[in-house]
Amino acid sequence: MIYLDHAATSWPKPPGVAAAMADFLATAGGNPGRSGHRLSIAAGRIVYDVREALAEWFGVADPMRVLFAANGTHALNVAIQGLLRPGQRVVTGGMEHNSVMRPLRHLQQQGVRVDVVPAAADGSLAPADFAVALHRGADLVVVNHASNVTGTIADVAAIARPAHAAGALLLVDAAQTAGVLPIDLRALGVDLLAFTGHKGLLGPPGTGGLVLADGFDRTRLEPLMRGGTGSGSEHEYQPADLPDRHESGTPNGVGIAGLGAGLAWLRERGLGAVREHELQLCRRLREGLAAIPGVRLFGPLEAESCVAVVSFVLEGRSVGEVGHRLDEQHSVLCRVGLHCAPAAHRSIGTFPAGTVRLAPGPFVTMAQIDTVVAAVAEIASS
Amino acid sequence: MKHGVVLFHTTSAALRAEKLTVRAGLDVKLVPTPRELSSDCGIALRFAWGEAARVANVLAAGAVEHEVHPMPEQG
Ligand SMILES: Cc1ncc(COP(=O)(O)O)c(C=O)c1O
Repeated sequence: MIYLDHAATSWPKPPGVAAAMADFLATAGGNPGRSGHRLSIAAGRIVYDVREALAEWFGVADPMRVLFAANGTHALNVAIQGLLRPGQRVVTGGMEHNSVMRPLRHLQQQGVRVDVVPAAADGSLAPADFAVALHRGADLVVVNHASNVTGTIADVAAIARPAHAAGALLLVDAAQTAGVLPIDLRALGVDLLAFTGHKGLLGPPGTGGLVLADGFDRTRLEPLMRGGTGSGSEHEYQPADLPDRHESGTPNGVGIAGLGAGLAWLRERGLGAVREHELQLCRRLREGLAAIPGVRLFGPLEAESCVAVVSFVLEGRSVGEVGHRLDEQHSVLCRVGLHCAPAAHRSIGTFPAGTVRLAPGPFVTMAQIDTVVAAVAEIASS
Repeated sequence: MKHGVVLFHTTSAALRAEKLTVRAGLDVKLVPTPRELSSDCGIALRFAWGEAARVANVLAAGAVEHEVHPMPEQG
């Protein structure tokens, strides 16, 4: 079996991930922050250590500015719904996932003004277009750091400048880049960054979070949910302190323990080494696919402009048929269709049929890529 | 020995404080917050009262919001 669906969720995970999760249940099963006994404290320590590791990973000095969430979608909703009010204006790009577009379209119905800067056919966004769109001022800019459809990486730092000049905050959807590209909030000029734990960071499903830059005024973010935090229990109002203000309810300690192990594996292996490996896989994959008659590839030509996502269509075949045959006849697992991103597929001209998406991860080998290319060639010629 | 206790607004702050003080070589222990002291958070950091100034310095340097109290007498 060849798993090429890392953009949906990474698999397999490093062995330490399952071990850390089993260990959490066996030895630290208390409810972090709710009680003063040793199991509660043990659970709290694990959650805190991962919070601190993530703060360091994303270039944030204060670990309390890492807010855990159930996944990338939840983190994006904490940010988008927590920041925007009727009458305000948000500018976003043409490669967004529905985890951004659906909250934005919902808020549009409540009186938030939503403007979309179009993307080019290869999924790229021109910072100059953002500058033009931002001339009229805005409250928030939301941009997908890398497309889950074409892999195209957005120049976040170049979008941050006009965003800040217009008085807007910058929220980045790092679902496809956390654990894949180096991310330093300060260096990129990002105010809020939503990440998912179960893709590039190699953690389990049910993990993710929102990172607030050290300079971000935290009073601007209203909580999405309110409830028990284990702190300030004498008050019936939501506490103001981070991270508790945005973390009501028992956290996913098991998942967070696994996420910590995924991150530890990445640090040990080195982000650069993993990235280099994936670049080599993607170059080979793109070259192999490009040589097959009837294949149409999407996204930029240079692998360096992309994360490890390669989208294509095969002339005369539905994407469903290609995906099904890859699975049934060649044991190649991938995802076809719209990838929860109709806006991105409109931008690259593949709406509504979508594409076949091949997304290799750190454990995929060159030999497996050759097998996949041969499989697509076989489907194309039969 | 006389002890002091540090109170925090959040558990995350208490855990951060534990890490920072241990790293600074202080002898501390996370304990349930004494009921006599009103606190926002269920755990507190116990320390030897003679180290109160050092504890406060380490926590201030780490930007951890906190309150220092003498440990109430055990009744
Ligand atoms: C670009 C992008 N944004 C957001 C998400 C949502 O992340 P999650 O599945 O963790 O909610 C995904 C992946 O599903 C994604 O690829």
